[in-house]
Amino acid sequence: MTLFLQQLINGLSVGSIYAVIALGYTMVYGIIKLINFAHGEIMMMGAYFAFVTAVTIGMPFYMVLIVSMLIAAILGLSIEYVAYKPLRNAPRISALITAIGISLFLQNLALVVFKPEPKVMPAIIPKQPILIGNLQIGTVTIVTILLSVIFMILLDQFIKKTKPGKAMRAVSQDKEASILMGINVNRTISLTFAIGSALGAFGGVLYSIAYTQVYPTMGIMPGLKAFVAAVLGGIGLLPGAMLGGFVIGMIETISKAYISSQWSDAIVFGILIIVLIVKPTGILGKNEREKV
Amino acid sequence: MKKRLTIFTLVTLLIISMLSLTSCKGDENGNTDAEADVIKLGVIAPLTGEISQYGIGVNNAAKLAAEEINDAGGIDGKMIEIISYDSKADKTEAINAYNKLRDQDNITALIGCTISGTTLSIKEIAAGDGIPVLTPTATNLDVTLNAPNIFRACFTDPYQGETAAVFSAEDLGAKKAAVIYNLESAYSEGIAEAFKTKYSDLGEITNFEGYADTDTDFRTILTKIADKKPDVLFIPDYYAKVGVILTQVKELGIDVVCIGVDGWDGIEADYADVAEGHYFINHYSKNDPSELVQNFITKFEETYDMSPNALAALGYDATKIMSEAIKNAGSTESSAIVEELSNISTDGVTGHITFDENGDPTKSISVIQIVNGEHKLAGKVSVE
Repeated sequence: MTLFLQQLINGLSVGSIYAVIALGYTMVYGIIKLINFAHGEIMMMGAYFAFVTAVTIGMPFYMVLIVSMLIAAILGLSIEYVAYKPLRNAPRISALITAIGISLFLQNLALVVFKPEPKVMPAIIPKQPILIGNLQIGTVTIVTILLSVIFMILLDQFIKKTKPGKAMRAVSQDKEASILMGINVNRTISLTFAIGSALGAFGGVLYSIAYTQVYPTMGIMPGLKAFVAAVLGGIGLLPGAMLGGFVIGMIETISKAYISSQWSDAIVFGILIIVLIVKPTGILGKNEREKV
Repeated sequence: MKKRLTIFTLVTLLIISMLSLTSCKGDENGNTDAEADVIKLGVIAPLTGEISQYGIGVNNAAKLAAEEINDAGGIDGKMIEIISYDSKADKTEAINAYNKLRDQDNITALIGCTISGTTLSIKEIAAGDGIPVLTPTATNLDVTLNAPNIFRACFTDPYQGETAAVFSAEDLGAKKAAVIYNLESAYSEGIAEAFKTKYSDLGEITNFEGYADTDTDFRTILTKIADKKPDVLFIPDYYAKVGVILTQVKELGIDVVCIGVDGWDGIEADYADVAEGHYFINHYSKNDPSELVQNFITKFEETYDMSPNALAALGYDATKIMSEAIKNAGSTESSAIVEELSNISTDGVTGHITFDENGDPTKSISVIQIVNGEHKLAGKVSVE
């Protein structure tokens, strides 16, 4: 029993990071129907920003987090301005290919600037495990779960209660009508990118602390898994992304623990295929989708 | 006009080269005394390119070994000359270098090639020629198979796994062992399989778990392993991955001794605190108190202003072993040297060495423990 609970905690800790990254994916998709494949690389850049600020300036954890989220937001804004904005009225496939291009560009940029060897992230959150009975919970896990839930609630409230949030929902439902109603669509889209990128960086910082390394290709696998999580939960839905992240984390953990560590990735992606066949809109998706 | 000039230049060049060739020949025939005073050893190593540090280590060490032998009077008064060519880690370059060494330089024996790929590329030609070949560092199993004149100085990948199994069971007294390995790496999987096979006779394997190259979360697997309470955990992979795994072993507070392989070399740079107390297998230990090892390190550092890596240690041993075989043979006849190589039994920087019927070494392996962030020689193990 203890073993099972311990594995559930492991699943939660993996899932919470997927969930945070998936939030950024799903926000951007919700508003401009773009699968932002560069999101994993924004996460990677966020981790590098954190590495630089933590090592060279020696900032404490919360400052590192805030600074790298801010820089990543600016990076997200510039990418949107340079690469996606000119394609606003182009076919969706053009924007998708541009996203892949940006993803490769950022990877190679990091390769040139930071070199390919993995950098070791300093432990800016103490690594001592906390004991609850026989259960071990890492402090990084607790911080990740707490912060990601807090961010999700904040984001949800932001979208439901504030004016820019309402504008986001309006744009996601009907761009033309929003323009007619006097909503600044371009600014709303930029804001979405800024928030999405900041969340990506948040995931990147926690990921690099939890797994101690920062390297140029670190964004690929978590990015892919987070994308799967977003699709599984119902892409375009915030709670869906969160749920999808935790579900993917759990499936991965359970299959590694009780079925086969060699087969776990195949099982995760196999389940995605089954869900998409049975319910193409994802777990929380409805036919008339309520979008961000 | 221009055309005639070109033809004239070409003809002149042709004549000059023919003249120099004949003069070479004349030298060879007329000057047999000078020839006999020198024993030429060829070295083929990647001296430029991505893995140049491997080749440079081997080449420098071979020259150092030759210098030492020459200072001590050479082989029965004959001086050793090292002739090295750059393989650029390329198979075609290696074959060209080999042909040049054989036809133009008339080498007695070859130290090389340095890496498995290039060694395999010259294997068939060298086996046909029968020239004594001793590769310092090619770990691939096929290198010495069905080639009686090809030997190697380093241990093979499966041999590492077997040694780790014996060390765990006999020196550490472990009754239960778990294995976690990289599914996508032939190196990691090969060693893991060898460990499993060997250890199954000595104790119980509780877990045999794989992970993908891109995996960063090992908590699930480690939790599963911890539940079985193994005495040792075997992790055959390179240090960057191992560092991440060991960090999580510590985070989860698992009480287990971890055992690694030569890919761990360098782990103390970034992961000294999490690697503390764990063991790994290596070609040699820099902190081996033996005089042979310490002399080698001091001399190498003095001569080349760099620290000798494991490849350098093997290059040094290979040159020494080859020289000893030539000395024992008492001639530069290939078959005599090959015969003596298979009978060799000598102490080197990388341990005591004898060759089995394939030409693979049976040697003691250094086991290193990380203590206070430094390498400490924990013992030398040999597998029968």
